[in-house]
Amino acid sequence: MVPLSWYIVLSAVMFSIGVFGFLARRNLLIIFISIELMLNSVNISLVAFSHYLQSMRGQILVFFVITVAAAEAAIGLAILIAYYKNNPTIKVDEINLLKG
Amino acid sequence: MTTPQLFFAYFAVAMTALSLLIVTRKNPVHSVLCMLGLFIHIAGLYLFLNAEFLAAIQIIVYAGAILVLFLFVIMMLNLRKEETVKKYQAQWPVSAGIGIILAAFLVLILGNITVLPALGEYSIEAIKSEGSMMTVGKVLYTEFLLPFEIASIVLLVAIIGAVVLAKKRTE
Repeated sequence: MVPLSWYIVLSAVMFSIGVFGFLARRNLLIIFISIELMLNSVNISLVAFSHYLQSMRGQILVFFVITVAAAEAAIGLAILIAYYKNNPTIKVDEINLLKG
Repeated sequence: MTTPQLFFAYFAVAMTALSLLIVTRKNPVHSVLCMLGLFIHIAGLYLFLNAEFLAAIQIIVYAGAILVLFLFVIMMLNLRKEETVKKYQAQWPVSAGIGIILAAFLVLILGNITVLPALGEYSIEAIKSEGSMMTVGKVLYTEFLLPFEIASIVLLVAIIGAVVLAKKRTE
């Protein structure tokens, strides 16, 4: 039997890698991907808790997290494309305008 | 080590390696493809945890919809010239330090976590007798009905917002 703490440690390591990618990369697309990575690591811990506590709430919460992640990716990428039309760069240290 | 532990060890090593590849590749297409491998591994882990519905959702929604969205955006933007410049920001050592400290803290705090003795009603046998979909559906449409409706509004806002943001200005 795999202990619960293994799943939580795996989730924590993946979350930290996502935090590093979010803070360190210049490419806005990779930053979005890092956010997805962090959301997925949280999902793993939620499903593990749901399994080990024999409760269904963790899985339902993962369902909603996936919904919100899909909405977030669609809106974020739409904003990215709208920005790119006016200023063709996706490097975050060169994005310094809100008005198009 | 028993067989499930070996299985989990493979998944843990592969997922950590794929996560590191995602945040270190220069070409975003490579990152997205590593992400695809990671999502398939996560779906396998969900199957291992008796969450068949979520494993299917993970493949369909994440690998099928969100990653394709990322790939479309990468193809729409002409990123050829961006690959030649440096990929990390100037403060990346600080970011690496924050990541390592966060990982160490989380592992120290959560490394010995165990299950509470109060177990719920959804044991493996109970889920097997009804099926994973039916169990999830029953909880989703009774106890979590209002959040479910709110999620549909969130998706509607996402659709309208994406169309409004990405369309050409007409005036």
